[in-house]
Amino acid sequence: MASLKDLRSRIASVKSTRKITSAMKMVAASKLRRAQDAAEAARPYAERMGTMLGRLATAVGSNEGAPKLLAGTGKDDVHLLVVFTADRGLCGGFNASIVKAARLKALALKGEGKTVKIICVGRKGSDALKREFGDNIVARYTGIEGKKGIDFSSATEVADKVLALYDEGEFDVCTIFYNKFVSAISQVPTAQQLIPFAGEEVDEQEEAAGSSAVYEYEPSEEAILADLLPRNVGVQIFGAMLESSASEHGARMSAMDNATRNAGDMIDRLSIQYNRSRQAQITNELIEIISGAEAL
Amino acid sequence: MTDTTVLELVSPSALLKSEPVEMVVVPGTDGNFGVLPKHSPMISTIRPGVIDIYAGGKVSERIFVAGGVAEVNPERCTILAEEAVPVSDLKADEAQARLEAAEADLKSAETAHDKANAERALDVARAQIQALTN
Repeated sequence: MASLKDLRSRIASVKSTRKITSAMKMVAASKLRRAQDAAEAARPYAERMGTMLGRLATAVGSNEGAPKLLAGTGKDDVHLLVVFTADRGLCGGFNASIVKAARLKALALKGEGKTVKIICVGRKGSDALKREFGDNIVARYTGIEGKKGIDFSSATEVADKVLALYDEGEFDVCTIFYNKFVSAISQVPTAQQLIPFAGEEVDEQEEAAGSSAVYEYEPSEEAILADLLPRNVGVQIFGAMLESSASEHGARMSAMDNATRNAGDMIDRLSIQYNRSRQAQITNELIEIISGAEAL
Repeated sequence: MTDTTVLELVSPSALLKSEPVEMVVVPGTDGNFGVLPKHSPMISTIRPGVIDIYAGGKVSERIFVAGGVAEVNPERCTILAEEAVPVSDLKADEAQARLEAAEADLKSAETAHDKANAERALDVARAQIQALTN
């Protein structure tokens, strides 16, 4: 049986833990709002880029001269996985779920006899993957999210690396893994093929509007495509970073909310226990006094 | 009321502008082109330079873009730019610093990829300085 003093100090320590977790929850909530705004603001660009590319891809088709980024290398031997995680923990299953998805994919690819290369964005991902796939990790990026949120230049940095690797023929297919933000309590681990470009289906209405207008291309379809495709890689990576950061803050917020609630429950339980043992002690002392008085 | 076309200027981090304009002059890779309402559809890449927005027959706003793509159709002109700053917010010394940094990068670039990047940065910096001088 814990002594009264022990109980008191435990209650005090759980209380200070609760203070910390609730402060972290508030911080996560305000960062979440900002990250969500940023993710929403970035959507128009990605959308327009998508439709433009879709139109161009249909126009150029699978011509001989189609850029490598669109047509692929014609092989399927080396896969590059880009894994987006957080730099910090304490955000529930956020990092674990994305790492798990990437791990399963990597193992499946290895099982098929393919080579796997990994780029880790965020410290937690590289920490978790380095034991099993240490030799496969080709690059790591940390500290993506600065004070002011995520900058497009950090996305460009990663995209440049990916494109440089592709130019050197280091891989054939690139897939990105990130948590797609659905709501503060729900994030979906998503895998998306980045290279070769997998065009989104242009919906029928859009198609009708697009085909009725014949576009002129300046300088030429191929040149524009060659310019747009690398940009698109950057934009997709930027989008994934924003989604991932919004998801991270959402996950942290709900994890910290849970922790705060658990701490509250624990304090209640400990207080009851503390009061009971205090009363038991008082009763004991009374009995001792009374029986002492009777003995006289 | 004069005819207008909708100008949409989008950067990766935000929709910067979406408003009706009378005319806009875009620095295309093959030369500047003006977009008036009912322009025939086209897609063009953009070189680093200045977008001029016209209102009432005069330039009302000048925005510097560091390259991108423009899609024009009869109703609207959509510009996807990676970097867009109003010319009035550009600073001569910053542009100069950028130019020097790009030149240094170009000198130290080893791979073809780095070189291409540095050259692009150099073009952007030169265009910025030019945008400031006229």
